[in-house]
Amino acid sequence: MSDRGFTAVVGIDQPQEGRGDELFPSITGYVTGLANGFFEWFGSLGVFSWRVLKAAATRPFEWQEVIRQLDEVGSKSLPLVALAGAAVGVIISLDARFTLSRFGAKSMFPVTLVYSVIQVMGPMITGLVVSGRVGAGIGAELASMKVTEQIDAIEASAINPYRLLAATRILACILMLPLLTLAADTSGLLTGWFAQSLVEPLSFHQFISSGFSGATFNAFAPPTFKTAVYGLIIGLIACFEGMRTRGGAEGVGRAATNSVVLGSLFLILADVVLVKFILVVFP
Amino acid sequence: MATTHNIAGMQAELEDDGRAPVVAVDNLHKTFGSHKVLNGISLSVNRGETLAVLGRSGTGKSVLLRLIIGLEKPDTGSIRIHGQAINGLALDQMSEIRKKMGFLFQHAALYDSLTVGENVTFPLAHHRREMSRSDRMNHVRQLLAEVGMERDIDKMPSDISGGMQKRVGLARALALEPEILLLDEPTAGLDPISSGEIDDLILKLQRERQMASIVVTHDLHSARTIADRLALLDKGNVVIEGEFEDLQDSDIGFVKEFLKQS
Repeated sequence: MSDRGFTAVVGIDQPQEGRGDELFPSITGYVTGLANGFFEWFGSLGVFSWRVLKAAATRPFEWQEVIRQLDEVGSKSLPLVALAGAAVGVIISLDARFTLSRFGAKSMFPVTLVYSVIQVMGPMITGLVVSGRVGAGIGAELASMKVTEQIDAIEASAINPYRLLAATRILACILMLPLLTLAADTSGLLTGWFAQSLVEPLSFHQFISSGFSGATFNAFAPPTFKTAVYGLIIGLIACFEGMRTRGGAEGVGRAATNSVVLGSLFLILADVVLVKFILVVFP
Repeated sequence: MATTHNIAGMQAELEDDGRAPVVAVDNLHKTFGSHKVLNGISLSVNRGETLAVLGRSGTGKSVLLRLIIGLEKPDTGSIRIHGQAINGLALDQMSEIRKKMGFLFQHAALYDSLTVGENVTFPLAHHRREMSRSDRMNHVRQLLAEVGMERDIDKMPSDISGGMQKRVGLARALALEPEILLLDEPTAGLDPISSGEIDDLILKLQRERQMASIVVTHDLHSARTIADRLALLDKGNVVIEGEFEDLQDSDIGFVKEFLKQS
């Protein structure tokens, strides 16, 4: 248990092989094992984060690799994020029209769609899509490099792998998530309006002016820029899981799975805190 | 403190004379879980000298190399590179020492998303930033020519054989003109002709560059060809150390058995 840490605690890890008497451990032993795994995972993540932070803050900066990763995380995720945003726009449009009609509040449709997409669904769907695509990609790539000793080769070449591999990917995720969220929002608003206008004619100008009436910076900017925190979570967990991998192809698969599952889980949990934080700081 | 400075000064003087070991390992212990891999091993290598570390699989030969380059930390014992203890150094401090070392991994560990040329350029691009692109490319071509791989500069590692990958790994290890070369099983898994070619290449490089080399192998023929001294490991410790003739003359049962089976 302690060897795998939190990943085993949350049930996304393979069970360890053990002796017969370990198959039925005492409740105390089981709970202790869970607690050990939990704290060991967070402890290792803390050490890893510190190393990455220290590496990122000292020269030489790996700008070329950052640019490559910006392309990898940003440009290559754009079609997927835009498509997911488009689907969300249509779903909200269909649901909102039905619900608002029941309460005689059809005129609220543009505002409902704009706020639902920009404040809630756009950031969340972007985070989850990027966690799936980029998190799994980073986790698998670094894990594969780890098990084939390529990360050791980087270190043996007197290059800090935390700077070259982790800091660059995490920074790219932090910078790209808000931009991708804007893309998802735009695409969601366009398809939401389009779906509505197919049923009931509504000019785009009317939709926008009505949807954004009374809009403030506090209503839209913080939910968009909070996704930088999602980027930090996705990048950090994927790099951590990838660079601590052991055990060949199975280890690579495990790292990819853990990166996506834990990245998505922590992203949702972080949103609970972020939403409350935004409500308090940007009322 | 004064004593420490004196010792360091004496060591530097000895080093300048070429008498002090470039790599000195003293009473090194390393355990993985409950498995004791190294059990108080002590070795040293001087400038221009090649030491072959022999032994059965799992006796800690590769672990010894990983400890020397700092990829693993010893439980106890000391490792000195050019007289400087590396135990407890931070990653960036260790990187300064690693710039003087070249490491050939057992499976070459080439970066699979980069071409052969880019693999060799990689350390140069990070540590010789002052070099112009054309100078860097010339240097890479020269290194690849030394290992007979200049025609494959644009190939991907997956498109070349295991022996060719080791040659490229060797060129990459030599890119920063190291003073210490660590080779982990350079001929393992290769046919006799490729093994012979790698041995010749290592000998040629040693003659030209006067590096201190540690070669981990269980290929006795290769060890005899390229090494000045041999050290035979068993159960995490050195059973015998000396020239090949010393091993042949030994009465130690394990040494006799190893030579007989090899």
